[in-house]
Amino acid sequence: MSTDAIALPGTELASQTFVARLHDWVTTVDHKRLGILYITYALVFMLIAGVEALMIRIQLIRPHNDFVSPQVFNRLFTMHGTTMIFFVIMPVMFGFANYLIPLMIGARDMAFPRLNAFSFWMTAFGGLLLYFSLVGANGLYGAGNAPDVGWFAYAPLTSQTFSIGHSTDFWILALLVSGFGSIGTAVNIIATVLCMRCPGMTLAKMPLFAWLNLVMAGLVILAVSPLTAAQIMLLVDRYLGGHFFDTQAGGSAVIWMHFFWVFGHPEVYVLVIPAFAFASEIIPVFSRKPIFGYSVMVGATIAIGFISMSVWAHHMFTVGMSSAANNFFVISTMAIAVPTGIKIFNWLATMWGGKIEFKIPMLFCIAFLFQFLIAGLTGIMQGAAPFDWHLGNSYFVVAHFHYVIVGGILFTLFAAVYYWFPKMSGKMCSETLGKLHFWLFIIGFHLTFDFMHIPGLLGMPRRIYTYEPGRGWDKWNFIVTIGVFFQAAGVLVFLGNLIWSYFRGKVAGSDPWDAWTLEWSTNSPPPAYNFASHPVVKSRRPLWDCKHPADPDWNYE
Amino acid sequence: MRSRGSIGGRVLGSRVFVCFGGAVLAFADPTQLTNPTNIFAPASTPAKSIFGLSLFVLAVTGAIFLVVFVLLLYSIVRFRKKGNDDGREPPQVYGSNQVEMAWTIIPILIVVALFMATARVIALVQNTSPPGNAIAVTAIGHQFWWEYRYPQLGVVTANELHLPMSDPLHPTPTFITLLSADTDHSFWVPRLGGKTDLIPNHPNRMWIDPQETGVYLGQCAQYCGTQHAKMLLRVYVQSKQDFDLWIHQQRQPASANDAVAQGQRIFETTACINCHTVSGTVANGRFGPDLTHLMSRNTIAAGAAPNTPENLRLWIRNPNAIKPGSLMPAMELNKQELDALTDYLETLR
Amino acid sequence: MNATSMTVAGATLEWSPPDRGRIAMLSLIAAESAIFAIFVVAYVFYFGKSLTGPLPKDVLSVPIVYTICLLSSSLTIHFAGKSLRGGEVLTFGVWWLATIALGAAFLYGTGTEWYRLIYTEGFTISTNLFGTTYYSLVGLHAFHVIVGLVTLIIVMIFTMTGDVGSEHAERIEVLSLYWHFVDVVWIVVFTVVYVIGR
Repeated sequence: MSTDAIALPGTELASQTFVARLHDWVTTVDHKRLGILYITYALVFMLIAGVEALMIRIQLIRPHNDFVSPQVFNRLFTMHGTTMIFFVIMPVMFGFANYLIPLMIGARDMAFPRLNAFSFWMTAFGGLLLYFSLVGANGLYGAGNAPDVGWFAYAPLTSQTFSIGHSTDFWILALLVSGFGSIGTAVNIIATVLCMRCPGMTLAKMPLFAWLNLVMAGLVILAVSPLTAAQIMLLVDRYLGGHFFDTQAGGSAVIWMHFFWVFGHPEVYVLVIPAFAFASEIIPVFSRKPIFGYSVMVGATIAIGFISMSVWAHHMFTVGMSSAANNFFVISTMAIAVPTGIKIFNWLATMWGGKIEFKIPMLFCIAFLFQFLIAGLTGIMQGAAPFDWHLGNSYFVVAHFHYVIVGGILFTLFAAVYYWFPKMSGKMCSETLGKLHFWLFIIGFHLTFDFMHIPGLLGMPRRIYTYEPGRGWDKWNFIVTIGVFFQAAGVLVFLGNLIWSYFRGKVAGSDPWDAWTLEWSTNSPPPAYNFASHPVVKSRRPLWDCKHPADPDWNYE
Repeated sequence: MRSRGSIGGRVLGSRVFVCFGGAVLAFADPTQLTNPTNIFAPASTPAKSIFGLSLFVLAVTGAIFLVVFVLLLYSIVRFRKKGNDDGREPPQVYGSNQVEMAWTIIPILIVVALFMATARVIALVQNTSPPGNAIAVTAIGHQFWWEYRYPQLGVVTANELHLPMSDPLHPTPTFITLLSADTDHSFWVPRLGGKTDLIPNHPNRMWIDPQETGVYLGQCAQYCGTQHAKMLLRVYVQSKQDFDLWIHQQRQPASANDAVAQGQRIFETTACINCHTVSGTVANGRFGPDLTHLMSRNTIAAGAAPNTPENLRLWIRNPNAIKPGSLMPAMELNKQELDALTDYLETLR
Repeated sequence: MNATSMTVAGATLEWSPPDRGRIAMLSLIAAESAIFAIFVVAYVFYFGKSLTGPLPKDVLSVPIVYTICLLSSSLTIHFAGKSLRGGEVLTFGVWWLATIALGAAFLYGTGTEWYRLIYTEGFTISTNLFGTTYYSLVGLHAFHVIVGLVTLIIVMIFTMTGDVGSEHAERIEVLSLYWHFVDVVWIVVFTVVYVIGR
């Protein structure tokens, strides 16, 4: 049995046969290996979903284009959205949580290692099931293929009447299966954070990464379950003759929307809160200061978690709810901006008065701050319901949420990979390739997603496979598509950097960034047991206390 | 070590230019011709009140953006690690309750202001009751076309909605009841109002009072299936006299015409009448658009093609050539039958 | 990480984080509660909205006996846990068996009720909105009872082979939490379906 999580090439461990190494990885219950499996899985699906996005944008580069048929286009945007949310962002966040939480809290593994493995394989299987639809969904009428109902699958479009064949069923089953995996991981994270902290690490001394992932896990528990329930109902409708969403029998199409968005809105906070966690770990280190307002950051995140469960119908402003209901959701949506803004200000205050080092992770985090600010503000605009009666279901929304997910989440994800890659592999990433990645990607991001707001403001709805010339949308769509090529180039450089650095990167050592949390006290990569003996901590930055014994944190916290 | 501070400035500079330049380009010329679906060119009271709200919201969020943007830019320039750094850590600051209080209270106040402005517009748009002289229209969404019924005026038509202009001093708004025959749709003509969804078993209501004559464009804004993209909207706003004339013409049943008897016979003995209505004849199908006054429309297939004899022939022969995935089946007619049928349809003015 | 007591910098540090099995089970119960909540909301939302077909009061009969069985099984499982903590494995086994029997009786009751509804009344999941929501909600609960019974039976088997002792008391209590949850859900379902909805 190997003692290292990843065998560095050139050591005697690399002489294990390929089959033996594969077996180790497939049967592993080690949180570090599962973390890497999650992250690798997510990167593969990111490529696939990225190609889907590229095809969508090529089709939309000019009006009345015929690069793909309408049927293929509708499958492309459904698969792109479903893949990115469930099989890219969620797994990668679970992967980082799995890898880092035990190390940061001084534990040897997650609370339930076998449940951890089970959850990963459920998620992985779900993704494969979704893509199996391309071959397996034909059904009786030969009409099936990849699902084409949109990632939120509104009823009654998903009923047997309007979605014949099995494509919708693959959507349902893939998400049901991976949903069980998500709940398993969330249970594991909660149990680990609450029960496995090393001595001295009270909840108030835990790294913000652990806190924020705890909140995320709580949201998964409360939010993924409604989706599971709604999908069971949809299966009952489709196969047992049920009428949950059958408008002909008096059922309601709107109730699907409520159930879906009760899941869907907290889900986006499940995606973004781990991104906040990355920023909260990386920005302090490269500003050379502790995070400003630790307790407020925790409180704000918990507030965001709670409020996020009460805003869901801001996705339904056009559905015809009463003015009272609309007003309620306007207030709750705008209210959530307050704790979110507080977090941005706290990150700003962390940098203020510091000594900022523009290493690659910090470049991505700085870009995150600017971009997340804009994303949050366009969210406020849509929170004003009458304004949303225009902006909703238009390209403005598409621009907004990609601004959050790409400009916010993906940028911090890049930062996190560059920041923790040395810990996971023992090698530093190439700075040159990292900068090339950053510039290519940020130019492409802004070309695409800044200009994407404009067709929305000019009346272009979403989910259309083509559009009419003469509405003033043409040149904006052209620019949007060009940006995608820059982003694709950036991502390829990123992947090339990871591969090159794994083999040829400089040796990292245990603490290349001069950071302060416990994971940096282990070797890079850490041994399978993480810590030879349980660390004992007295403050939020145990390594700061070690490096500055004359001026430890515990005097000030 | 090279100083990296200027990177921040350059990144910022390029981003600002790209964003701002784009915005200026977009709105420097919001004329009807280049941007017929521009949400910032309102021509009806609901659209105008939303426009007012949007300017307020944009001003507030713009101000917030500027303040935070400047602070962020300043911080990454001023507090970057200098080339002549002495290697010591900067003062370790853990937080400040006063500062946290300040940037909690001020956003709360901003949120309150935004909410009050929003609630006012919600009330205006949603809680207005139709006055006695309002035009009542029922819009029924289908995959992938629009059915319009004027219950008090006895008119049924499809895809092209005609409305009288509303004089701001003596308003004659139109109140539209929104229903659906199949899946969810959404009615969005940006210059006339925000979008409202058409959901089966969930009637909705909206109102508009277009204040300038002309043609207003839009399209379905809720994904409804394969041809969601070509479920286009055309709203013809006319003077009161022109509108009354149009109503009068639409109320007439189709008149018999011996010259196209063969075509009429083909229409009435093949599957056409299962789906289509031509009032005054045996055809009373409701699945597809009412064709009684087909030739009074400028487009066919919900705006997917101009209404010309060639397009009409093509549509009947092979709908997938114009709108692949629409629910109109290809009518397996030979050339002679097709010609006769088209000639008949051409008489339905 | 178990409870420890260690000396750090001259002071004694008591460190006793909560038991991970209990936390995990409570998290699972929270997730399951959210699923049930959605089904209850659907049931309540569709009160009186069926266009055709029988109303609840036309076909439902209140299952008092089987409800008492299920709720008593919470008592018996509680006594079982207490016995095991006291080291009395035989008494534990008896109470545990009683729990299984009562749970099985509840399922039998649900089964006969459904048999009557489907074959005598002709009332199925596709009859109307009430049918869909009723069978889904009660069926989801019954499914959770079945899963619970399976775990209880597995523990029964291990008890009979002599592999269960007082050192497992904590785990038995965690498992009992699940069973209590199933009972609480039944109280909610019973109230909504048989009391309020009729």
